[in-house]
Amino acid sequence: MAEAGGDVLRLEGITRDFGAGEARTRVLRGVDLSLRRGEFAALMGPSGSGKSTLLHIMGLLDRPTGGRILLDGQDTGVLDDDGLTRYRGSTLGFVFQFHHLLPEFTALENVMIPMAAGKGRVEAPMRDAARALLDRVGLSARADARATTLSGGQAQRVAIARSLAMGPKIVLADEPTGNLDTQTADEVFALLREVNRDEQVTFLLVTHDRRLAERTDRIIELVDGRIVSDHTNPPR
Amino acid sequence: MRFEWFIAIRYLREGKAQTALVLGGTTVGVAVLIFLTALISGLQRSLVGQTLSAQAHVLVKAPERVARPLPGPDRPADHVEKVPDRIRSIEQWQRVLAVLPAIPGVVAATPTAAGAAFATRGPATKAVTLRGIEPESFSRVIDIVPRMRSGRFALEGAEAIIGSVLASDLGVVVGDKVRLATPEGRGDVFTIAGIFDLGNKEVNARWVFVPLRSAQTLLDVPGGVTTIEVKVAEIFDAERVAREISRRHGLAADSWMELNQQLLIGLRSQSASSWMIQGLVVLAVALGIASVLGVSVIQKSREIGILKATGTSTGMVQRIFLLEGALVGAAGSVLGAGVGSAMAIAFAGLARAPTGEPLFPVDLTPGLYLGAAAVAIVTGTLAAWFPASRAARLEPAEVIRYG
Repeated sequence: MAEAGGDVLRLEGITRDFGAGEARTRVLRGVDLSLRRGEFAALMGPSGSGKSTLLHIMGLLDRPTGGRILLDGQDTGVLDDDGLTRYRGSTLGFVFQFHHLLPEFTALENVMIPMAAGKGRVEAPMRDAARALLDRVGLSARADARATTLSGGQAQRVAIARSLAMGPKIVLADEPTGNLDTQTADEVFALLREVNRDEQVTFLLVTHDRRLAERTDRIIELVDGRIVSDHTNPPR
Repeated sequence: MRFEWFIAIRYLREGKAQTALVLGGTTVGVAVLIFLTALISGLQRSLVGQTLSAQAHVLVKAPERVARPLPGPDRPADHVEKVPDRIRSIEQWQRVLAVLPAIPGVVAATPTAAGAAFATRGPATKAVTLRGIEPESFSRVIDIVPRMRSGRFALEGAEAIIGSVLASDLGVVVGDKVRLATPEGRGDVFTIAGIFDLGNKEVNARWVFVPLRSAQTLLDVPGGVTTIEVKVAEIFDAERVAREISRRHGLAADSWMELNQQLLIGLRSQSASSWMIQGLVVLAVALGIASVLGVSVIQKSREIGILKATGTSTGMVQRIFLLEGALVGAAGSVLGAGVGSAMAIAFAGLARAPTGEPLFPVDLTPGLYLGAAAVAIVTGTLAAWFPASRAARLEPAEVIRYG
């Protein structure tokens, strides 16, 4: 277990190649990066800089071509696919740009899915836990609404509740406010910030929005697969 | 509830049009399976039943004597000719009869002494087949008692039981007397004790049952019998039983299958074509399920990626889609069983004899339903295999990014 304030995630010399032979391109060119417990950081960079690839590698959704990932002290390179899935489920939460809720399910069920997948069963107490999380993001009133009937802001709140379902150490958010209007984006950002403070969950946000990025603790900038700047924002 | 069930059931419920499509296909497939099998097995059972109504499953006779060369230098002739057909008795038939039930598959056996004769009443004379029997053991081999038109199936002293056609040809009823005589001139007068109808015109016109002892006297085979008629437990086992009897006792034993080769060839080719049709139907259903599930996996790629990103293992994803296939098979077999049974019953209702009785029964057995359900569920699961593996192989990072 990482100490409070210690590294919850450490990347060492991460590279990632796509394609083979002539068409082979190196998207990540040796990334070293640590995230401390309770940190609220932004990852910025132009399109094609490798942000999403880096996020997926951090999220164990993709394996690096080279380098090492230490997540909560565990070297993830030694885990097989099922081990990765389990570890991902219990350690990491995701919020995607287009919320990616499962349309066949209600808001409540979407929040329950990581819990049910983790246990392999759907159990009654999961409903209560999911309801509490929806309450946490201010959406308990719409718990039984179909995912497809939620507004963009509501859906993103459900997605945030879902990312918290397994009590993750880190939440990785890929442009979580990318397709929301400014006011809704601010509300969602405020919610992320609140969860980060209250629960000491580490957040890494990929964003294009410098205005939002400047309200985080730290801005990491990625250009052409390399970290070109990494600085701490003044406390606000 | 297991996680995979939860997801699979919801996917099926929400994928209304797709689910309706595969369910419809599976239902039709199972219905065809049930309908064809019920019809064909009913039809065949009725055909075989009719054939065997007046025929024992296995007929045991004395071995044929054949022409054979005479060996040795000082021979009176080149070879021994086949003896002209004369009624011959099975040697030591009592001993054979006693040990036959020991052969596996044999249910009952009865001795008969049979030969040609004439039945005469007043001016009417008919050529008949005289069959000397022991009514009690005979009725265990051929189920004749329920098919008695009048009188009873029992013989005491000089009594005879004749077929319905012969009875009307001779104009006799139970209690009347008839004279039975062999071509050699031995004859006697018998009282009609009963009249049967075995559903076969030839048999009804020719068979005359008399006590075994009377037949032995008339046919001049004192104490002998010409055939032993055997009933077996499983009718399609008759050929094996016949070979076994032949091997153990050195007698000629013919199964009903050998005596009715044409019928058997007909039944077999009917079964073969029915199996082929059913195989093609199952294949069509499998392709239908596979293609619809395949489309659904492509449509759901991103969702599958999300499921994987939120802790659903590769095995779980695979099981979700296999389960969808199995559930479609299970639901399709319930619906198909209903539709297929209704079709079979309706069809059997259309084909009726002039008397209003169905021409043949449809065989709707629990085994048929279980078998069809098993085929449907296995087919659904196998058909889902390819789409399910495809879903399981999806890389979450790729499908989330590119869909």
